[in-house]
Amino acid sequence: MAQVVLDHVTKVFDDQVMAVDDLTLTVGDGEFIILVGPSGCGKTTALRMLAGLEKVTSGRIAIDGRVINDVSPRDRDIAMVFQNYALYPHMTVFRNLAFGLRQRKVPSREIDRRVHEVSEILGLDELLKRRPAQLSGGQRQRVAMGRALVREPKAFLLDEPLSNLDAKLRVQMRAELKRLHQRLGVTTIYVTHDQVEAMTLGDRIAVLSGGKLQQLGPPQDVYDHPVNVFVAGFIGSPPMNLLRANAVNGRITAGDLQLDIPGLADGDVVVGVRPEMLRPAGDGLPAVPFTVDVVEPLGDEIVVHGTVAGRLAGSGADDQIPATGSGAELATVTARFDPQLRPTVGDRIPLRIRPEAVHVFDARTGEAIR
Amino acid sequence: MTMEAQADRIAWPEEAEAVERPRRRWLPFSPWHLVLFPLALIMLLPLVWMIVTSLETQAESLHFPPVLVPGSLHFGNYPSALRSAPFGRWFLNTFIVTSTVVVSNLLLCSLAGYAFARIRFFGRAATFMLLLATLMVPFQVVMIPTFLIVKKLGLFDSLPALIAPNLVSAFGIFMLRQFFRTLPVELEEAARIDGASRLGVLFKIVLPLSLPALATLAVIQFMWTWNDFLWPLIAVFSQRNFTLQLGLTVFQGSHDVFWPLVMAGNVMSMIPMLVLFFAAQRYFVRGIATTGLKG
Ligand SMILES: Nc1ncnc2c1ncn2[C@@H]1O[C@H](COP(=O)(O)OP(=O)(O)O)[C@@H](O)[C@H]1O
Ligand SMILES: [Mg+2]
Repeated sequence: MAQVVLDHVTKVFDDQVMAVDDLTLTVGDGEFIILVGPSGCGKTTALRMLAGLEKVTSGRIAIDGRVINDVSPRDRDIAMVFQNYALYPHMTVFRNLAFGLRQRKVPSREIDRRVHEVSEILGLDELLKRRPAQLSGGQRQRVAMGRALVREPKAFLLDEPLSNLDAKLRVQMRAELKRLHQRLGVTTIYVTHDQVEAMTLGDRIAVLSGGKLQQLGPPQDVYDHPVNVFVAGFIGSPPMNLLRANAVNGRITAGDLQLDIPGLADGDVVVGVRPEMLRPAGDGLPAVPFTVDVVEPLGDEIVVHGTVAGRLAGSGADDQIPATGSGAELATVTARFDPQLRPTVGDRIPLRIRPEAVHVFDARTGEAIR
Repeated sequence: MTMEAQADRIAWPEEAEAVERPRRRWLPFSPWHLVLFPLALIMLLPLVWMIVTSLETQAESLHFPPVLVPGSLHFGNYPSALRSAPFGRWFLNTFIVTSTVVVSNLLLCSLAGYAFARIRFFGRAATFMLLLATLMVPFQVVMIPTFLIVKKLGLFDSLPALIAPNLVSAFGIFMLRQFFRTLPVELEEAARIDGASRLGVLFKIVLPLSLPALATLAVIQFMWTWNDFLWPLIAVFSQRNFTLQLGLTVFQGSHDVFWPLVMAGNVMSMIPMLVLFFAAQRYFVRGIATTGLKG
């Protein structure tokens, strides 16, 4: 177990592709940290630099205070789980698990003991004599985990380890991973593009975009206080509704939505409201007319897509679909309703928006104003 | 390791393409067989003729038109052939030369092929192009320089003279490099993180997964060396250093051409190749398929 430090780490491929841009991050001893971001944002590259599979262009990487920029992968004492598992196809599960220990000249008695201990933890006892091709996806995933665990490394690196599993197994393995980490307490750096995994697994999450660190913090903090439009749009499912707005004399206007935020400088802003913060208005509060066009009942809640007056703001986190309809400006928004409410397509529902639930971002820089 | 292990790993192209395609059948076999079957017969004819001749009498062998069904089988031609020339010695020489060349090619071509496939070093692309260029130079062009080098090294008329120039081949390096590049690189990265050295990765991960390519190279190199006539003709002089091919030719020239004995010698010289070919066939047919080299 160890503390892992990335200090102004940059990676440029072929003198032109800036894959990781000045990433600074300290992973505490025993911490479970998530690198999350859309595909191509540099997560894998960051992890591969930690593993020693990719040279650092500039900056320093240190484990327990020792700079390891020039240390070869075998001497870093870290273990990595690959997205496609990378199990050795010509070896049995036992030999897959034992390979790392054999390379390190661990006595065979000790190898036996550790392999059996790990296979018990992961429920692999029955599979030790099989080859990877004779395993199911979930079993392969566990063998890949086991191969990392058995080495008792200083840190675990996991690159989208659940992305090749079907949805149900993914949820199961997610819980299993969390349990495992609570039990073993190994420093873990986990890469994913799935913000649900990020939210549920991490002690802290680091949101990356375009190779740059956007925000670092406990999942709930990042969810509650996104520092910029990108994070606001990326974390949360369904994502935060983002609308273009204008601030004049401390009053924000976005279509039919009006909010008073004393002290706000005049100018263009982006307002963001999480889907669960949109409620049908009962009382006399200011309301925004919302026209339902898609209803997705999920059992415990209903996700409703519809339009309000206004203009969408892109977060850069995903491809926004422009609102349909011409002339009048309409923006698609998403709300999460109680299942008792049974909205139907075409309904016009007045939505209540509590001012304190509204995020405000600078339209030019994307930074959070509040 | 077994074939299953091989088969699980790599989706062989022929399997990948084995998608059910409904096709109207107007023959109980593929129409291609109409072409392949006569071709196979034509290819087999010299072989059959050789075997038949090796069992005939001298009179039958000289008869025209050729006697394809001999009156009686003279198996005695075989011991006679063995007695009439130092076949044992030649066989041993050929075996020593061929096995050394095959083993050293497997080792050296693996090392070089792996370096070209995976290690980034200064001048890699240029060196590789140079290597490919040598593939296009016919042996006759380098024959004389090679002979001079071997002579300078004091190896003339010895078995090492037959071995040294063939210890490694550009073709082998090229073929293995192509195959190594098809293996998932994550396996090697996982092994390096697990603590294996570069050589450890090659010997414990890459080579065990490359058996089809290695078998292909072994068979090709074996056939080539076993059957080589030109280089032994130049590089050795005394009968005790002859290889089978060279010996058989000399034998043929020195005996007023007693065809049944010559053919008996030829049949015997073919046996090891046939054995190897059938033993390695499963691997090597796949090797050719996956390296994209059509034989
Ligand atoms: N070996 C490489 N050579 C050149 N560019 C690369 C290489 N590896 C990754 N990249 C580029 O670096 C960026 C980050 O890639 P990656 O770290 O794989 O992203 P992620 O894992 O977040 O999807 C991408 O633009 C990708 O195209
Ligand atoms: Mg990736």
